[in-house]
Amino acid sequence: MWIPARKSVLTTLVLGIVVFACSCGGKNAGTENNSTLQIKGSDTMVNLGQAWAEAFNKLHPEINVAVTGGGSGTGIAAILNGTCDIAESSRALEEKEIQQAKAAGITINETIVALDGIVVVVHPSNPISALTMDQLREIFMGNVTRWNLFGGEDRPIVLLSREVNSGTHIFFKEHVLRRGKSKGPEEFAPAALMMPSSYAIAEETAHNENAVGYYGLGYISPRQKVLAVARDDRSPAVAPTIDSVRANAYPISRPLYFFTRGEPAGRVKEVLDFTLSPEGQKIVRDNDFVPVR
Amino acid sequence: MRLPARRIREFLIEKLIFLSGIASVIFVALIFVFLLREGVSVLKVTSLGSFLGGRFWYPISSPAKLGILPLILGSLLVTAGAVVIAVPLGILAAFYIAEVAPKRLRTILKSCVEVLSAIPSVVLGFLGITVLVPFLKNVLHLPTGLTAFSGSLMLAFMALPTIITISEDAINAVPREYKDGALALGATHWQTLYRVVIHGALPGIIAAAMLGIGRVFGETMAVMMVTGNAAVIPHSLFEPVRTLTATIAAEMGEAAKGSPHYFALFAVGLVLFIISFAINLTADLLLNRGRKR
Repeated sequence: MWIPARKSVLTTLVLGIVVFACSCGGKNAGTENNSTLQIKGSDTMVNLGQAWAEAFNKLHPEINVAVTGGGSGTGIAAILNGTCDIAESSRALEEKEIQQAKAAGITINETIVALDGIVVVVHPSNPISALTMDQLREIFMGNVTRWNLFGGEDRPIVLLSREVNSGTHIFFKEHVLRRGKSKGPEEFAPAALMMPSSYAIAEETAHNENAVGYYGLGYISPRQKVLAVARDDRSPAVAPTIDSVRANAYPISRPLYFFTRGEPAGRVKEVLDFTLSPEGQKIVRDNDFVPVR
Repeated sequence: MRLPARRIREFLIEKLIFLSGIASVIFVALIFVFLLREGVSVLKVTSLGSFLGGRFWYPISSPAKLGILPLILGSLLVTAGAVVIAVPLGILAAFYIAEVAPKRLRTILKSCVEVLSAIPSVVLGFLGITVLVPFLKNVLHLPTGLTAFSGSLMLAFMALPTIITISEDAINAVPREYKDGALALGATHWQTLYRVVIHGALPGIIAAAMLGIGRVFGETMAVMMVTGNAAVIPHSLFEPVRTLTATIAAEMGEAAKGSPHYFALFAVGLVLFIISFAINLTADLLLNRGRKR
């Protein structure tokens, strides 16, 4: 009698585990919820968006804000399809997307909610203080491997990059190596060291005279020397500061957008207003981005 | 009525112990099946030859370049370096602790080894990045201290407690009669150690070394922090390398589910699993051969 009983206990247990596993996996599926505001898009902005959502939720516990990544393109597609309320994007709308919106009879409203500036840093003893975008491109693609070609000491260049999972890595690659295109044959040199964090880049540049690396504007410290960057040979080199990024004078920077359907209204407007409020802009600064106000 | 109740209890206990016993087999099999299922999909976008033999790792480019030869060589190089440092040091230390050291010193040394094994790898990595890496760069005049050698040193530290503890047990397990016999025949203490004790303890020492190697090969955090993670084919211990483990750890968080990158990382895990399995199998075979003799 007791052998089948035992079996059924086992079966129940296994079934339970399977059901549990399924319910865990399916958690993300139920997005159609009226009380939840969906923000979707840029991976670079996911952490910023989540920080905003958390702070906003404290002020408005009745409005639940869900933030997911997937990339700027994913977010924009979602706003066109109407499957999210706000799209986070680290780039402007492409011509194709504007046409799609027109065809669907939608106006997409854009708001710049923060700015993103990437600084290039070297060891404090490095005599070089400014480089052009083209020189940076040559350095990070591994075409120039010694500092003396750009007027530095006769030392090898040690390249420091972030890992491929970093939005900063992707931005630097697209903006500097590929001259602003999202796709292209240009890559970081295989010899570039992939650092797991901005901290690791800061630490290595502080100790190593040969190193050159990059990180977000918020990470600047006196232990590394920040390079001024010129757009091209004829332009003046501009040091990265909150002001020069805001004035769009510093070349390695970009605006970060919120896209909404039509004029923001209701809960969407409340979220948007919060991000632009002093408290929202303080969160921008805390996340190593540049506030817009 | 009493007898069946006791028999049921015994039956349940027996089955419970049986389940616990085969649990590890089930887990290993499930992990292997899962890795295989996810990892094999990488062959849809690349061939086995160009995956294992490819020299470039650009997983998020389009088209992605998924060659893991630099990663395999990186892992093997770092492991080999660590083994060369840790195995002789560990075995000699075990002999000293077990046979030579005075009793009080032995107690102190043993507790020190235990403390060493309790240091979390991320703490070792942190020490590595702030102390060891700049030190190695200055002493050896390297372009950067983030090299395979730094990783090997860190890993040697982590493998030492395993090697010392298990070797010491093996040495203590050598029957006393062997030693007494050798000493009675007029052999000196050194001759006894070198000619007799080491032979008795050899299988255990080999097992210790192999377990140490296994630990080193699978270690992730400390290695990721100090080896530079550049996916280039290394030519010496004093160049940056990228290991299989660091690649998975650094990239898995952001790899889009179902993308070639995602499957490639599972395939990297599969390669890691197979190599670890081969190391353990070799250890078992060596151990069995030692026992037969």
